[in-house]
Amino acid sequence: MQTHGTRWRLLYLSALAVTFCVLLMPHGARATAEADPGKQFPYGIPYSPNNTADHSKFKELQKEFSSPEEVTQACLGCHTEAATQIHKTIHWTWLCPAAKPEAKLGKGGDVINNFCINIQSNEPRCTSCHIGYGWEDKNFDFSRQDKVDCLVCHEQTGTYKKFPTAAGYPPAKPTQFGGKTFMPPEWNKVAQSVGRPTRKNCGTCHFFGGGGEGVKHGDLDASLFSPKKALDVHMDAEGLNFTCTRCHTTERHAISGRCYKSSEIVDRRSLLDYDQIKRITCYACHSETPHKNHIKANDHTDKVACQTCHIPAIAREHSTKMYWDWSQAGKLNEKGKPVVKEKDGRIVYDGKKGAFRWEKNVVPEYFWFNGKIQYLTLTEKVDPSQNPVQLNRPMGSYDDPNARIYPFKVHRGKQPYDPVHKTLIVPHLFGKDPDAYWKGYDWQKAAEAGMEYVGLPFSGQVDFIETQFVFQSTHMVAPKEQALSCVECHSPNGRLKNLKGFYVPGRDSHPAVDALGWGGMLAALVAVLAHGGARFFSNGRRKDK
Amino acid sequence: MSENGMVRIYLYSRFERFWHWAQAALIIFLAITGLEVHGAYEIFGFQKAVELHNTAGITWLVLYVFIIFWNLTTGEWKQYIPTTRKLLSVARYYAYGIFRGEPHPVPKSERQKHNPLQRLTYLGISLALIPIQIVTGLLYYLYNSWAGPEAPFSLGAVAIVHTIGAFSLLIFLIVHIYMTTTGHTVGAHIRAMITGWEEVPARGIESSS
Repeated sequence: MQTHGTRWRLLYLSALAVTFCVLLMPHGARATAEADPGKQFPYGIPYSPNNTADHSKFKELQKEFSSPEEVTQACLGCHTEAATQIHKTIHWTWLCPAAKPEAKLGKGGDVINNFCINIQSNEPRCTSCHIGYGWEDKNFDFSRQDKVDCLVCHEQTGTYKKFPTAAGYPPAKPTQFGGKTFMPPEWNKVAQSVGRPTRKNCGTCHFFGGGGEGVKHGDLDASLFSPKKALDVHMDAEGLNFTCTRCHTTERHAISGRCYKSSEIVDRRSLLDYDQIKRITCYACHSETPHKNHIKANDHTDKVACQTCHIPAIAREHSTKMYWDWSQAGKLNEKGKPVVKEKDGRIVYDGKKGAFRWEKNVVPEYFWFNGKIQYLTLTEKVDPSQNPVQLNRPMGSYDDPNARIYPFKVHRGKQPYDPVHKTLIVPHLFGKDPDAYWKGYDWQKAAEAGMEYVGLPFSGQVDFIETQFVFQSTHMVAPKEQALSCVECHSPNGRLKNLKGFYVPGRDSHPAVDALGWGGMLAALVAVLAHGGARFFSNGRRKDK
Repeated sequence: MSENGMVRIYLYSRFERFWHWAQAALIIFLAITGLEVHGAYEIFGFQKAVELHNTAGITWLVLYVFIIFWNLTTGEWKQYIPTTRKLLSVARYYAYGIFRGEPHPVPKSERQKHNPLQRLTYLGISLALIPIQIVTGLLYYLYNSWAGPEAPFSLGAVAIVHTIGAFSLLIFLIVHIYMTTTGHTVGAHIRAMITGWEEVPARGIESSS
């Protein structure tokens, strides 16, 4: 009987164990299935779940190619509308699609920054990040379909590299640049590999804006190729592994995102309201009441952007450039080559460009922002009393229902300026001619050549002026445990101390009310102590009588 | 009648004592958390301070409703009817007579728990200051439901009024605590508010009977 009972108990326990294993297994299995693509696709999955084509089997991509344009033509053989779609986008024009072309609003036009200032007269260097081939100067034919570079966004071998100074072309033969050898692409291999853009494709340019890794944005750098969850909860390579287009909803090659005058944050619907909306905003997926356990936080979403609390700092893995002083450029060594100084793996001085300051874990600055940024253009006069000159500034205010408080990286610097015409100067930096600053190191000549190229007057005088340029911070969303606590803003010297014109509990007080309140309490205390003291002594006297 | 010419009378019922001390605790706790929300210092951390302040504020609101109900149903509200009779002599007493050992012009009795100065003060607090704190506190709490470009006033205005109210209560608290020491012994009034029994001069009971 005893053995019988033991056997039954054993059987029961085994059954229980099996049940638990079965119950647990799907989770375990799912976890591995999700982890695998992270390892297999460290930059995000480059295929649509509905994929039905294998480009390596296409005859069109197996023929011999001798130029990148031939590859593009092969692509266009099937994807007939792709090039004309691209032609309408900012990726091609480098101009704001919401502005009139005459306004030249964009980096392809008259917008100025305080990095390499402006592309005009410097095209072959800058346009190494253009999704086209051959934008060498202002005569580039923007209507050419075969000049669209399909590969830089779609190839998945990771071997396709545009040459840094070749106007968007990859090298035709092995070529040296900056100590690295750039190889000509194996056309068949790269063409047959095409898929949907991954973080590698987008990051090839966008993580290197401003001429180097981590220079420009602070929230976009090479640390996002395969980030950990701590750096970005969505792009986490071993977790959600979002590609860029997961949020930057793309329709007919138009990639959603803010640019210059056009805001993406006005449509405040979520996917629950309409399943075809662009997922460019946080609330598209999370709604405007995403906080379950911290209800007061939901009350903030009408005035505070998600990014403000959920991006506690930018440049958390790699440092980002915070200051660029062009006025110190020009130091050459005894061989006549520009002096270069490095610190912590970053260049802090370059005779070609001046002095830089880099920072890590940058606390953003905060501004009201409705999604639009106003830019100063080359033709506008600057107000030299405005120190620093605002090359761009976020639009919006407390009273603007579309505006929220957003975090920004503010890049400051000193750049060439014409003190007579009160305009900022486009220097001719890059080129083989002696007028180019990086050949002749003469600001007068570089300014004259640059201003002549853009067709604007130049007085012959070059001064340097302090400027600032802002970038909205929206990537590097931290895990919720790292979100800002209330006191970060709700304190007299908190993060919002420079944002005036509205009442923030814990930050603001009425000085007269506080003085009267504390003063009144003190007066009451003094009065009662005096009264008590008087009672004490008068009682004593009375007893003496 | 006790040996020193005093007689004990039962002045403060159980609920009355409860609401007195509960309000005392709430005022002090609301002041501590409120001033932290105001940015004066850091004890609980801003978020915790806000949550505690909100809870305490709502607690006071509920208690306040009970206090008003109690006063209305027991008829004790009559103790707070303002009067100017003997007001000046009470003021004179605290400014002058108290130092000369004069008797209080308005001794406490069951029918008359408060002197005219107390009546005015307590009535003002109950019917003006506390309601102002309740209204501004609720507006502050429910800010998201009414704020906007069309709102008749700003959060800043609400906060300033609430802060003025808070400082007024704190000034009252300082004076009130001091006044408890003005009985026939320093601790007599406080003891009365704990036990309910106040010791008053024997003639006090006579005049009230």
